[in-house]
Amino acid sequence: MRIRLRTLVAATGALALSLVSGCAQQGAAGSSANTVTYWLWDANQLPAYQACAKGFEKENPGLNVKITQLGWSDYWTKLTAGFIAGTQPDVFTDHIQNFGQYADLKVLEPLDDLGIEDSDYQPGLAANWIGKDGHRYGAPKDWDTVALFYNSKMTKDAGLTAEQLNSLAWNPEDGGTFEKTIAHLTIDRNGKRGDEPGFDKNNVKVYGMASNGGGFGDGQTQWSNFAASAGWSYLDKPRWGTKYQYDSKTFQSVVKWYFGLAKKGYMPPLSDYNVQSNQANTQVAAGKAATAFDGAWMISSYAGFKGRDIKTALTPVGPTGKRATMMNGLADSVTKASENKAGAKKWVAYLASDQCQKVVGGYGVVFPATPAGTEAAVAAYRKKGIDVSSFTEPVADKKNFRTFSYPIASYSADMTALMSPAMEDIYGNGKPVSSLDQTNEQINLILSQ
Amino acid sequence: MTIASSSPPSRLPAGGATETRSKPRTRRDDVSENRGDGRLAAVFIAPALLGFLVFLLWPTLRGIYLSFTRFNLLTPAEWVGLDNYVRMVNDPIFWDSLAVTVEYVVINIGVQTVAALAIAVLLQRLTRSAMLRGIVLTPYLMSNVVAGLVWLWILDTQLGIGNEIISALGADRIPFLADETWAIPTIALINVWRHVGYTALLLFAGLQAIPNDMYEAARVDGASEWRMFWRITMPLLRPVLAVVLIMTVIGSFQVFDTVAVTTAGGPANATNVLQYYIYGSAFGRFQFGYASAMSVALLVVLSAITILQYRLTRAGRTDLG
Repeated sequence: MRIRLRTLVAATGALALSLVSGCAQQGAAGSSANTVTYWLWDANQLPAYQACAKGFEKENPGLNVKITQLGWSDYWTKLTAGFIAGTQPDVFTDHIQNFGQYADLKVLEPLDDLGIEDSDYQPGLAANWIGKDGHRYGAPKDWDTVALFYNSKMTKDAGLTAEQLNSLAWNPEDGGTFEKTIAHLTIDRNGKRGDEPGFDKNNVKVYGMASNGGGFGDGQTQWSNFAASAGWSYLDKPRWGTKYQYDSKTFQSVVKWYFGLAKKGYMPPLSDYNVQSNQANTQVAAGKAATAFDGAWMISSYAGFKGRDIKTALTPVGPTGKRATMMNGLADSVTKASENKAGAKKWVAYLASDQCQKVVGGYGVVFPATPAGTEAAVAAYRKKGIDVSSFTEPVADKKNFRTFSYPIASYSADMTALMSPAMEDIYGNGKPVSSLDQTNEQINLILSQ
Repeated sequence: MTIASSSPPSRLPAGGATETRSKPRTRRDDVSENRGDGRLAAVFIAPALLGFLVFLLWPTLRGIYLSFTRFNLLTPAEWVGLDNYVRMVNDPIFWDSLAVTVEYVVINIGVQTVAALAIAVLLQRLTRSAMLRGIVLTPYLMSNVVAGLVWLWILDTQLGIGNEIISALGADRIPFLADETWAIPTIALINVWRHVGYTALLLFAGLQAIPNDMYEAARVDGASEWRMFWRITMPLLRPVLAVVLIMTVIGSFQVFDTVAVTTAGGPANATNVLQYYIYGSAFGRFQFGYASAMSVALLVVLSAITILQYRLTRAGRTDLG
């Protein structure tokens, strides 16, 4: 009996140990001296980067790249869990929104020795990936801008030409020709347009402009192009600012006008929007909205809507006389805990090279960060019959356009957590825009820590 | 935890011939024999105990410790005393999310319990069909996330088939999940839909334990179904109902997945239930210390509610027999 007991105890212990070590082993799997693990979130881009990896492996015999693609929300959750558990990839696609946080948490490997030059990439892209400490943590990968997607049948029926749509101007007082246009594109259930007498704003069949929700704290595809063309900036400094400026009167007047479009019936109310089931592109696809501001990453989606001929126009000219769009760029970062830093850095250098970016551009799914890569992408889109000039012009024409980055600062997750309900309160519950003063104060308090 | 209580105080010797050699059994002998059983028992409970220690006790203790620290998971925790609790008491979002959670629990448990009881009684009094019992349980077989997403698509204000029907009937579309007033009741009812069958089945099992002759006797006395329900079914079902209530209330307080996939806490924090706020603070903002403090608060609230429920419903005692 005694022996049996011991055997049982030993067996139980062994089982427990094997479970524990099994977990640990899983983490280490995949990382080795000749493998580089790489994560990205965009499924559309997976084939392009697989092609890049082939070229890299040919140039570096003995080194393999193992690519994992995860959906956007799972991606960040898994990455965070990976940092904690030590199962992070060697290299991952990084977003400005998370860059500040990861830099603060010190989970990124400096990439100063890669020799990344600002001049090799589209303006501003390389500089965004330098941390507060002056070190580089990302190599520029791609970029995107925002433009106005429109249903060309609806605009034609409304008697609007492409030239007219490309020469719109707006202001926060009366909305300018932009507001007149989307009012005209709005149709109620009796067939009356938004600018006609007797328009029923409570029973709208087609909205002039789709809703993309409250826009969190960045308003990338919502209010940011308006606020920037009115001269406003998120922070007191272009990078690593210490004070957000949501308390600015200019900003608040823009927000008041922008969400006011919903009150007038030209844009759906917040209650029509859902981040899962009904984003702006869905509203356009369903024929519920005539136009939508959306990013370059959505070009293929809009082009693919069955039975809809979707075209694009530039963002409208604002009170400063310039048009504006966020120009956001992604980068590839190496994790500090990577077990194959040498291989990882080689892969990042290759990803950031013209060689790889031209290959990626050739797939026509994204604008790579180098000018040659961008050119390859424009050509590939053209081949598919898609005109992308509304996205590339802002980058080429600095005289008439202001491009700005996603806010680069510490505690961006806290900023988003506070701004998101604050903007929804204004949009959905009619809270006064002056309430942003208090939210701004709270965010700046966190930032001053 | 009683172990090896079945061992008799003394045993007859195996054969008469050995009687003279056998010593009178002492207490020590019993103890050592029990010790053998105890060891075996220890082996049998070891896996469960290990699981309890590793997955419940240790995380709980560590969570309580972390609630007194500033901790971002990647750098060592820094002791801050009661700072997190002070912040919690002064955090309007925390109180708001607690209120939202309570609203959810009240609607969820209120509707679910009444509906489950009705279904259970109907199942017991009207039908013997195992198929029907199976059908009642089907929503429970679906994952919360899938159920949440399906309902999200059905109820979407602009595109959902539910709202298409409402609109076709001539009524105004209802922003079920996108309006401050509607969102929590909608999420509560989605979860009622998913859990009501399971709850009904638990209650149904409780009903099976009520002797049928009570109903027969009552019927002979001329009692109506309604009267029998209140005079027989309810009093005798009380202990089961109490346990079911305690279980479902605890589960209800922990609502997370349905919120995460349908509203993500919005619009404007209207569905920012406590678990979602805790999750966001920890995994979104890396404030694991503060999130731990809120988790401890949730633990205290749940413990208090459970004890209160247990006392009020006299869950430990039965009126049967």
